[in-house]
Amino acid sequence: MSYSLDFSVVVARLPELLLACLATIGLSLAGMSLATVIGVLGVIARRSRFRLLRGLVIGFVELIRNTPFLVQIFFIFFALPQLGLRLNPTVTAIIALGLNGGAYAIEIIRGGVDAIPKGQVEAGLALGLHRAQIFRHIILKPALRTVYPSLTSQFVMLTLTTSVCTSIAAYELTSVAQKIEADTFRSFEVYFSITILYLIISSLMMGIFALISRFSFNYPVK
Amino acid sequence: MPQSAAAQVPLIALEGVGKWYGAYHALKNINLTVKKGEKIVLCGPSGSGKSTLIRCINHLEETQEGNITVEGTTLSDSSRSIDAVRREVGMVFQSFNLFPHKTIMENCTLAPMRVKGVSKAEAEATARKYLERVRILDQADKYPAQLSGGQQQRAAIARALCMEPKAMLFDEPTSALDPEMVKEVLDTMIGLARDGMTMICVTHEMGFARQVADRVVFMASGEIIEEGPPETFFSNPQHQRTRTFLGEILAHH
Repeated sequence: MSYSLDFSVVVARLPELLLACLATIGLSLAGMSLATVIGVLGVIARRSRFRLLRGLVIGFVELIRNTPFLVQIFFIFFALPQLGLRLNPTVTAIIALGLNGGAYAIEIIRGGVDAIPKGQVEAGLALGLHRAQIFRHIILKPALRTVYPSLTSQFVMLTLTTSVCTSIAAYELTSVAQKIEADTFRSFEVYFSITILYLIISSLMMGIFALISRFSFNYPVK
Repeated sequence: MPQSAAAQVPLIALEGVGKWYGAYHALKNINLTVKKGEKIVLCGPSGSGKSTLIRCINHLEETQEGNITVEGTTLSDSSRSIDAVRREVGMVFQSFNLFPHKTIMENCTLAPMRVKGVSKAEAEATARKYLERVRILDQADKYPAQLSGGQQQRAAIARALCMEPKAMLFDEPTSALDPEMVKEVLDTMIGLARDGMTMICVTHEMGFARQVADRVVFMASGEIIEEGPPETFFSNPQHQRTRTFLGEILAHH
């Protein structure tokens, strides 16, 4: 093999890469927040009395889960401007990640809600609480606790999916790496380095999730 | 209205109540009135409809026939009537149904704060009063999973009492308990009865029925077969089905 490794270019541009890592983490956190909101609201709508609302949620989930993320983000970035809605790459990325993650979150959280024993709802009703109060105060937290492992692994997936946002030139780790590679032709060094950086970011996310779990779901169960 | 007249008006009245699950006729022409302060024990073989009956009173189950009136409010599909009835009636379940993510104190204050809109301080003061009464005030900051079954059921009783209901429904409150914990829950219920609470209890605890009940109501196949004060109910049952049931259940006691 005649290719000799030279990581000095990577070292020289490490500040750029680290800054891009922060951008990736930022996109991920924003995407997850939006996905969580969509997930919870989607589950509420999915349980609504109104058939139209339930149908819309089902349609949304099927649409998102059965089309590629790349096409979804292209649609928002390139197709919506034709209808007069022009968004910058970062906002587009957050919306695309949030919608995509949200569709999966709806299905995951719904599973947790369905697993709540009927007696919990009945106890709430017998105490005079209304459906919305029961969902908010009785169902939501235990349901999220039940599905927390699936939800967070979905969110790690979302974090890694931020790399696809390179395709609309959003500012994040992979797009910065591409630029450095184009400048230096050090493909191996650059992609090896960001592979390690993604690994670190994922581990960091899992650490944060574990911490959140320790503080939010610390009540004992039998 | 004078006090004596008020006492005559039934707190809970079921008139011709019928219920179906699809084609299955779960309750047939149920007529039952409960006066203020009365204690009713509902018994009968499993599947006889006794749990279904009390679950209809606070509209956890819908009925298809007849009327249910609680404290002057007749249940309909309107959420206003359902809310009004649930405000007056507390319920204790076989499986406790405490909220696992909330402490015992939070279990007790949730509904008073969210339904009645009382302040946190006031809700906690009320909760302390009733937790003291069921003798688990020292467990107030624990989570349900940290309590024994008997303590959990007493906490559930306190939670219901915190809404200061006019009547309490008990749905087999001791059936899920280990034998050594049955007594502490029954003692709590006896205390409640002595203090004048109106109660309808679905239970197989015939000792409790003898001690506390003003009337024992026997159900089978969705019908009320007979009812009477415990003395006559146990010593001189009128129907063969009642005799068979009592023979089976008392053989174990």
